[in-house]
Amino acid sequence: MYKNLRWKALLVAVITVASVYYLLPSMRIYGLSPQQRAALPVEEMAKLRDKALKLGLDLQGGMHLVLEVDKTGLKEKEAADAVDRAIEVVRNRVDQFGVAEPLIQKQGENRIVVQLPGLLDPERAKTLIGQTALLEFVIVASPDETKELLDRLDTFVAQRVPAVRDTAKYPYFDPAKPISSRMLTIELGGVFFSEEDAPDVQKFIEEAGADTLLPLDARLAWSAESEPFQGRPGKVLYFLEKKPELTGAEVATARVGINLDPDRPNSPGVSLTLTRGGATIFSRVTGANIGKQMAIVLDGKVRSAPVIRTKIPRGEASITGNFSDKEAADLSIVLRAGALPAPLSVIEERTVGPSLGQDSIAKGITAGLVGSLFVIAFMCIYYRLSGILAIFAMVLNVWFLLAALAGFHGTLTLPGIAGIVLTIGMSVDANVLIFERIREELRTGKTIARSIEFGYQRAFRTILDSNVTTLISSAVLFQFGTGPVKGFAVTLSIGLIANMFTAVFVTKLIYDALVSRRRLESLSI
Amino acid sequence: MGARKYAYLCSAILVVATIVVLVARGGPRLAVDFTGGTVIEAVLTPKEPADRVRSALDKAGIRQAEIQSVGTEGEYLFRFQQTGAKEDMFTLIKEAIQKEMPGTQVELRRADAVGPKIGKELRSKSIWAVLFALGGILVYVGLRYEFIFAVGAVISLFHDVLITLGVMTFLGREFTLTVLAALLTIAGYSINDTIVVFDRIREQSRLLRRESLKDVIDLSVNQTLSRTVLTSFTVILTVLALLVLGGEVIRDFALCMFIGVFFGTYSSTYVASALALDIHGPEAKAMRR
Repeated sequence: MYKNLRWKALLVAVITVASVYYLLPSMRIYGLSPQQRAALPVEEMAKLRDKALKLGLDLQGGMHLVLEVDKTGLKEKEAADAVDRAIEVVRNRVDQFGVAEPLIQKQGENRIVVQLPGLLDPERAKTLIGQTALLEFVIVASPDETKELLDRLDTFVAQRVPAVRDTAKYPYFDPAKPISSRMLTIELGGVFFSEEDAPDVQKFIEEAGADTLLPLDARLAWSAESEPFQGRPGKVLYFLEKKPELTGAEVATARVGINLDPDRPNSPGVSLTLTRGGATIFSRVTGANIGKQMAIVLDGKVRSAPVIRTKIPRGEASITGNFSDKEAADLSIVLRAGALPAPLSVIEERTVGPSLGQDSIAKGITAGLVGSLFVIAFMCIYYRLSGILAIFAMVLNVWFLLAALAGFHGTLTLPGIAGIVLTIGMSVDANVLIFERIREELRTGKTIARSIEFGYQRAFRTILDSNVTTLISSAVLFQFGTGPVKGFAVTLSIGLIANMFTAVFVTKLIYDALVSRRRLESLSI
Repeated sequence: MGARKYAYLCSAILVVATIVVLVARGGPRLAVDFTGGTVIEAVLTPKEPADRVRSALDKAGIRQAEIQSVGTEGEYLFRFQQTGAKEDMFTLIKEAIQKEMPGTQVELRRADAVGPKIGKELRSKSIWAVLFALGGILVYVGLRYEFIFAVGAVISLFHDVLITLGVMTFLGREFTLTVLAALLTIAGYSINDTIVVFDRIREQSRLLRRESLKDVIDLSVNQTLSRTVLTSFTVILTVLALLVLGGEVIRDFALCMFIGVFFGTYSSTYVASALALDIHGPEAKAMRR
């Protein structure tokens, strides 16, 4: 009966040593102080990171985004790889943003999951990722053309939109000229409106369907920022040519620069360098359109519309405006990384600030330790020395659980910590069942050796069934759950499986060792 | 098993009470995970009273927010129905507060924004999850023990989960994904006690062929009582630690586990076996197995 003890003991030793091996990187990373961590060479750090337990976003702090790619408006060929192209663009942008270990993955047909651990500025990241960033260089209609187009727009809108407006509020409003009567002035190729009027004017245009129905050879675009007119903030409506001369595809690189705009000294902007092919086109276009304006349009809004004074041979341009340093930096990132093939919308966002993350870790660990103390106290009091044996099994259980988690490159989340705490409580259940059974057998007068044997035998079925049913729930949670809940399912499942080994195999091994070595007079149970 | 009338009565009262609570409150208090919407938790230093915060948001045009003060350290919860505003909600809130009360630090603790599509998906996924879990357990227990017993066990499980849900709703706790996880774990765990009893029933009926099923069950329940109480006790100890010390993020989960395990022990002991006996019917005087 006890011949196999050596092999069994060896098995346990091997598994324990393997666990230590798997857990060592985690202990090193989380045990070192920040200074010591910074002192490590980069490759070693990367290797350690790779092997150590990963912390979920709810413990590290960071942002989890689910983006949906809006494929309407794409032709079928484009739609097929739109999501993959979008992932590339997002990855480029995120890389340049400088987050350590970002995760960007396709989910299902149309979705992208982005996880940015340790992110300090979620608002900035969302804008950076979500921007379509379609850059276009378009020629603006000349002042004469603009006047003519404006007249046609007036007539078109007047015909379609009922002129029931409050003339007291808008004294200049002329129903026959709904658009031009609101304007402040025409300057060069742009029609100025006051900033308050602009949304109304746009509503008129949209109601009339002018942007889609009007047979203009031009397209309408508003300025991105407010342009001052006689001291008041205003927005400019431009009539642009339908086709752009150049797009962001012809931009080789984009860089933040200062002093790019003589009107805005010391203000940051983005300087663009075009590709060879782009530079050639640019040179031709500027040469052919001297005196006209070229609008730089980003995501459908005109960023600036400088007048072309000479032919520009070198393929350099700049985007200036009311930028903060960060905005200029982000714009250059976005232009470098390229435009998204289709618009993205954020359908789910979960952000955890770093303070909450650390808080959660601390509280989770405290709860775990206190819970363990309770359990230890109870088991030792109620089952005496056998209780200590059960505690030893419980410690091994948690140890193996953590090692397996590290070994599978699993992620520890806050519910995952709760799963570990639950495992602590559930792991001694198996031992309670065994011990109660042993007590029963002892009461019927069997020898110690036989009581132990029967106790384990009879209890095993029950333990197996109990653990399997809880495992079924866990498996369902793993399958249907997301993020943190998955983390819970993983720790609970591993804990239960390890439990079968530690609570049954290991404790039995120790009992067997004790019984075979000496004649026990009584069992402390 | 004479006590089983009382057990049934007690359970029936609790189930009815649960249904009343659920109907009165319009179902469990679903979190944004299931309804869609935005929840933002922020810390204001120095602390400001909720009214000032509300008026600051009002002035900035943010009217649809539900504002709740949490804890004592200046933490606030902001809830919105819609998601995906053009601008980040937190930035808007921060600006609004700092405009009104300059010098106040606004720190983001967490932000959850769930679009309606995802909310709907999670709702349906959750229902499937519960069905699969209960189904899986039914099949497994049915294979290992008698099918009739498995049915009784799963009915009592279902009643456990239902009543736990009722208590959580009664206490006004939010039903998040993690709370759902707790409910499913309770389903998987509280059957353990039932299994202990069933195992004993099977063992005893082999030994006591002459006794009626009723007496066998009685005996089994009594013999295993200490066992079921003790195993639940150890788990409750750890859940209690989580509940008291685990922090507010995990609190709802811990509370749900606490109620569920507590209640599950009672139900496995009395209700499951009672159901097993009654479903079996008067024809069974002794078990086949």
